[in-house]
Amino acid sequence: MKLTKLLTSAAIALGLATAAHADGHEKTKVGFVFVGPVGDGGWTYEHNQGRLAVEEEFGDAVETVFVENVAEGPDSERVMTQMALDGADLIFTTSFGYMDPTINVAKKFPDVKFEHATGYKRADNVSTYSARFYEGRAIQGHIAGSMTKSNIIGYIGSYPIPEVIRGINSAYIHAKKVNPDVQFKIVWAYTWFDPAKEADAAKVLIEQGADVVLQHTDSTAPQAAAQEAGNVITFGQASDMAQYAPTPRVSSIIDNWAPYYIARTKAVMDGTWESTDTWDGIGPGMVGIGEITDAVPAEVKEQALALKESIASGAYHPFTGPINKQDGSAWLAEGETADDGTLAGMNFYVEGIEGDIPQ
Amino acid sequence: MDLSAINPILFVAGFLVAATPLIFAAIGELVVEKSGVLNLGVEGMMITGAICGFAVAVETGSPLLGFAAAAAGGALLSLLFAFLTQIALANQVASGLALTLFGLGLSALLGQSYVGVKPPRLGDIDFGPLADIPVIGPAVFTHDIILYLGLALVAATWAVLKFTRAGLVLRAVGESHDAAHALGYHVKRIRTFAIMFGGACAGVGGAYISLIRVPQWTEGMTAGIGWIALALVVFASWKPGRLLLGAYLFGGITQLQLNLQGAGVAIPVEYLAMSPYLITIIVLVILSADKSAAPASLGRTFHASQ
Repeated sequence: MKLTKLLTSAAIALGLATAAHADGHEKTKVGFVFVGPVGDGGWTYEHNQGRLAVEEEFGDAVETVFVENVAEGPDSERVMTQMALDGADLIFTTSFGYMDPTINVAKKFPDVKFEHATGYKRADNVSTYSARFYEGRAIQGHIAGSMTKSNIIGYIGSYPIPEVIRGINSAYIHAKKVNPDVQFKIVWAYTWFDPAKEADAAKVLIEQGADVVLQHTDSTAPQAAAQEAGNVITFGQASDMAQYAPTPRVSSIIDNWAPYYIARTKAVMDGTWESTDTWDGIGPGMVGIGEITDAVPAEVKEQALALKESIASGAYHPFTGPINKQDGSAWLAEGETADDGTLAGMNFYVEGIEGDIPQ
Repeated sequence: MDLSAINPILFVAGFLVAATPLIFAAIGELVVEKSGVLNLGVEGMMITGAICGFAVAVETGSPLLGFAAAAAGGALLSLLFAFLTQIALANQVASGLALTLFGLGLSALLGQSYVGVKPPRLGDIDFGPLADIPVIGPAVFTHDIILYLGLALVAATWAVLKFTRAGLVLRAVGESHDAAHALGYHVKRIRTFAIMFGGACAGVGGAYISLIRVPQWTEGMTAGIGWIALALVVFASWKPGRLLLGAYLFGGITQLQLNLQGAGVAIPVEYLAMSPYLITIIVLVILSADKSAAPASLGRTFHASQ
């Protein structure tokens, strides 16, 4: 009896959250599924900024709905199904773990368009899109390697998926270039959003000697922990996190989804929407680099900006050989650059990083 | 692997802090359940306490006032639950879940202007010579007053439940509300007080996260600790001592696994990540092999006419 009550109330709660807009259909309805709260100050915050930009751009012609704090897995499938039933024309699912649920629900609703962020499974009505965060990671790695005094750089990973591993590799390669003695300590939090745990992870890394903490989780908690510890630098992740500037946050990677969301909504309105795979970086503006603060020595800042320029123009690829894999086997020859296929499925560390990737 | 990178003193100090929010939320819920009420709204009351405490601490500059406000906020929200379940006789499971959803939403609303604000720091207690004891001093005697208050609260709850008349009455209400009613005790009044106590404790636990453990305000920042507290009460078979042990096990192993990862220990990370849940459950299940059952009236609504 208790279980059924529990399920009923959960269903009612969900119904309340999503069923509010079940009427007319002349507007284009765009749904968003978020993994964290829109106020996380990082990943979900930026996706929500994209949603607001869509509303601003099209005004009364669109209606947007979103559900936040949706757990990856079966829960998300329920939320997407409900959105599709409520008449959404286009649904953005904004976390890697929504990949299979998105494909499943898309099969059931062939007329609804789906857009899955950071995944690699597509269908006739499922596009994927992601940003080349690793380009920003290269710049972070450069600054981190130049500024660390203990030569220990802490890295808070979320889940061991290609996107996160790419970031670790890119940061490591560029830190190593400027500082051959640099060592990466990697802690997997197994969560995208849990401020208490993220702060704990940051504290542990700092206690173990790290004076730079990079994060690939969504909240600003590691920034707060670094500020508390003092003498530690961090980088804003997904969002600018400027409230922690000038220290500990010395720069940031900013995800700018707005232009993409507007373009895709427009495509649905015009009937020109097609299943595509978009992967843009600093050049097209999907990845932004937040202001590098004065805590960074002028010379390092100049180099970092030059690096950003060369990546943006396409003159330099962050994964340019010679690069060996962790086990010492050759990956990229001198001057060779990584192809997108390998990057998209990256499941190995580059030479020099210690530890194993959880399988 | 480099185990020397782990500093045992900082490790112990770290897990005492990590366990404190859990201790507060769980001890409050223990008292509530001892009175025969199942309040699933712990998460909602924690997050409400987190923002009430944070906001008041920032506005007044006093972290202690913040904690007081967190207790008041949690208790106030729990009054809503008390009204629904004790006066309106609503289902406790549904009301508790609703309280969590409501608390999460309310806290997000209240907290809008506090994102990115740095709260005032609560200073550590000065234990004088005690803090100079090698190893133990820096690990155990360098914390804020709220952490020790949590320990005192567990001890006090244990003593009150076991030795005092008030504790006996509370347990009587939880075991058989009809019998307690027949003896002339005000079942609803007692339960309402218990619910408010639980709310206040959860609120302080939440504020401990936003004011000390992280310290910042982020929407949804309790991220499920309230649910772990609920589970902990059951696995500790409603005994304060075991609850403390469970909280320390959970906090300790969470902290330990992060430390081991940082030190590059060759245990697969998946096992490390699940170990806090697994070990806490196993230890407490083994301990609860004796006959300690849930309060007999747990979750049942009471009305004098029935």
